[in-house]
Amino acid sequence: MKKAALKKDLHNKKVSQPKKNRLKPKVRISGSEAIVRCLIEEGVDILYGYPGGAIMPVYDELYKYQGKIHHVLTRHEQGATHAAQGYARISGRVGVALATSGPGATNLITGIADAQIDSTPLVCITGQVASHLLGSDAFQETDIVGISTPVTKWNHQVTRAADIPEVLAKAFYIAKSGRPGPVLIDITKDAQFEEFDFSYEKCRGIRSYTPIPEVDEQALAKAAELINKAKKPLIVWGQGVILGKAEEEFKKVIEKTGIPAAWTILGASAIPTSHPLNVGMVGMHGNYGPNVLTNDCDVLIAIGMRFDDRVTGNLASYAKQAKVIHFEIDPAEVDKNVKTDVAVIGDAKESLAKLLPLLAENAHTEWHQRFKDLYKIEYEKVIDADLNPTKSGLTMGEVLKEINICSKGDAAIVSDVGQHQMVACRYAQFTTTKSNITSGGLGTMGFALPAAIGAKMAEPDREVVAIIGDGGYQMTIQELGTIFQQKVPLKIVVLNNEFLGMVRQWQQLFFDKRYGSTEMTNPDFIKIAEGYSIEAVRVKERAELKNAVEKMMTSKNAFFLEVCVEREDNVFPMIPTGASVSEIRLD
Amino acid sequence: MEGTNQYTVSVYTENNIGLLNRISAIFQRRHINIQSINSSISEIQGVSRFTIVVNVTETQIKKIVGQIAKQVEVIKAFYHTEDEIIYQESCIFKINSELLFEERQIQNIVKDSHARIVTVNKEFFVVEKSGRKEEIDQLFEDFKAFGIMQFSRSGRIAVTKDKLKISKLLKAFNQYE
Repeated sequence: MKKAALKKDLHNKKVSQPKKNRLKPKVRISGSEAIVRCLIEEGVDILYGYPGGAIMPVYDELYKYQGKIHHVLTRHEQGATHAAQGYARISGRVGVALATSGPGATNLITGIADAQIDSTPLVCITGQVASHLLGSDAFQETDIVGISTPVTKWNHQVTRAADIPEVLAKAFYIAKSGRPGPVLIDITKDAQFEEFDFSYEKCRGIRSYTPIPEVDEQALAKAAELINKAKKPLIVWGQGVILGKAEEEFKKVIEKTGIPAAWTILGASAIPTSHPLNVGMVGMHGNYGPNVLTNDCDVLIAIGMRFDDRVTGNLASYAKQAKVIHFEIDPAEVDKNVKTDVAVIGDAKESLAKLLPLLAENAHTEWHQRFKDLYKIEYEKVIDADLNPTKSGLTMGEVLKEINICSKGDAAIVSDVGQHQMVACRYAQFTTTKSNITSGGLGTMGFALPAAIGAKMAEPDREVVAIIGDGGYQMTIQELGTIFQQKVPLKIVVLNNEFLGMVRQWQQLFFDKRYGSTEMTNPDFIKIAEGYSIEAVRVKERAELKNAVEKMMTSKNAFFLEVCVEREDNVFPMIPTGASVSEIRLD
Repeated sequence: MEGTNQYTVSVYTENNIGLLNRISAIFQRRHINIQSINSSISEIQGVSRFTIVVNVTETQIKKIVGQIAKQVEVIKAFYHTEDEIIYQESCIFKINSELLFEERQIQNIVKDSHARIVTVNKEFFVVEKSGRKEEIDQLFEDFKAFGIMQFSRSGRIAVTKDKLKISKLLKAFNQYE
């Protein structure tokens, strides 16, 4: 079993390894040089980080290896992890972040926690005080292995140079295999200085770890039977389709069966937004149809998603009438939140490929009509006013519409957290997979600006547009310095309502409009952008919007666009906390 | 509401620093108090075995074991009900030596409970007992009346009545060696 799983994993990897980067083993090198050479061996071209005392030997080696590996100095270690996340999310490759001990290491934690809950492959390397000082409360000593344990897929402390190659090889293997996740490797300063005989071998497997469980053919047959018999089936897919590189298989499954398919926020872009079988987003601010009909379908087919509470609303009244099939790589996710009737544990690509021949062709025309009818209601009550507003204030939705027109849906949209995020995910038109980069599970404000840097640097040929609220923007605004120094030609859109809008919306709806600490007195964002030599435009009137977006999208350089939107707009539809998905509100 | 039961969890793991922290964090995060925890070598060379006792619902224990099994350095995790295992706990008492000679009852307690006197000196004697939880509880109550100078009790150790399905695992291990 293990052997087959391993073989499969190796097959799936397709690690790009430019030959010119391959270095002949040198006999004796320092631990710090070994770290850099391990990264090069793993195909790392860019890493993000911030120097400091305990990691200085590695920075010294990075200086020597310039041209072979590009280190990007962020303005805060949190920015380094988010940039590494953006890099990983758009490319599918492992993102790498580097930091010193103590505060450098603790500053990584938010990004690591974000990567853990959103299954993003990261390798974070932290310097640590010399091993003889461990536990002595030395300067900038912190127990980062202890601190990061609950938010890493794996972590490890290295105190001997000779252990570096094997541990880093394991780190990359663990980060990217199976259900991906963040790994933190803490390396003491003496291990960085120590010399040893270096050689590198990639990790091919770990005896205690089965990244890809074998697909159970019987479960698959049962799933197919349920799907074929279903009169009102509904697919809800998540990021597992993207992480498993199963987009094509997924498309074939829905096209053969004609099953309406809805996405979780992290599943967005796996198939084009415009695909006729794509019925929209599920969850708290998702589309009306798929939410309401979750409680009407007879078979619910979940693929690579984990039934997050923001997706399910009240579990006690979630899809109770339906048989539930769960395609999932992580056995611990099965029956965690929603009891399944059939669980197909395994890799999405393999499971769906094996499922396809077992499925009967269908169209489910009448069932589709239900989605269309509900979409019409949502369009009239919500979408039309968002995208084609007639009131004076600008809406977030119309900004997205203009971006869609200019990008033709080819841009990667990196959103932060809050109202603008929901609007971005609801209205962005995606044509390409891995194009919706957002902080889903952790909901990390400040994610978007650094993540967009990582995304743009990983895929320079792609248009990357960061869409951020005025609150989240100021949480990592210092990364404008990184954009300036690295000349990252990314597009930054701040939708400014001078509020922490999502919290304000909740205060309005559930706290009798007591707007406690949500109003923002903001600085002049244009001046700030110009301080970093980034071209900046502010839009206050609808008449200026189209030209401004066009100007931004045709710019070859970094561009900052501030759109002053209506201050107290709300995001609808909305499932209030504790309510059922079918109790979704349109106003 | 689903009732709680006592479950014993057996976890086969690599012997690595920090793994205890990683496993205990799974309980801590769910606000579950660990009744007892023991870590030792196992029947497989180089493989550690944790034995953890908790009071939770079956739904909870299934999820917890899933989370434990998911850790990279965990080889396999199982949970068992009380009927499915043979278990022992062990305890030691330090008691004033005068009592041993003055209170005839003390010697009877030691004898009847199949406890063992480990050492005796002028000031104190030490009694050791291995057995089921109730037996140790009883012995504690019996000695308590006379005064206990010190008491310490181990975590539960257990083996299952049925075979544990680790043959697949062993095969996989051979492949790596």
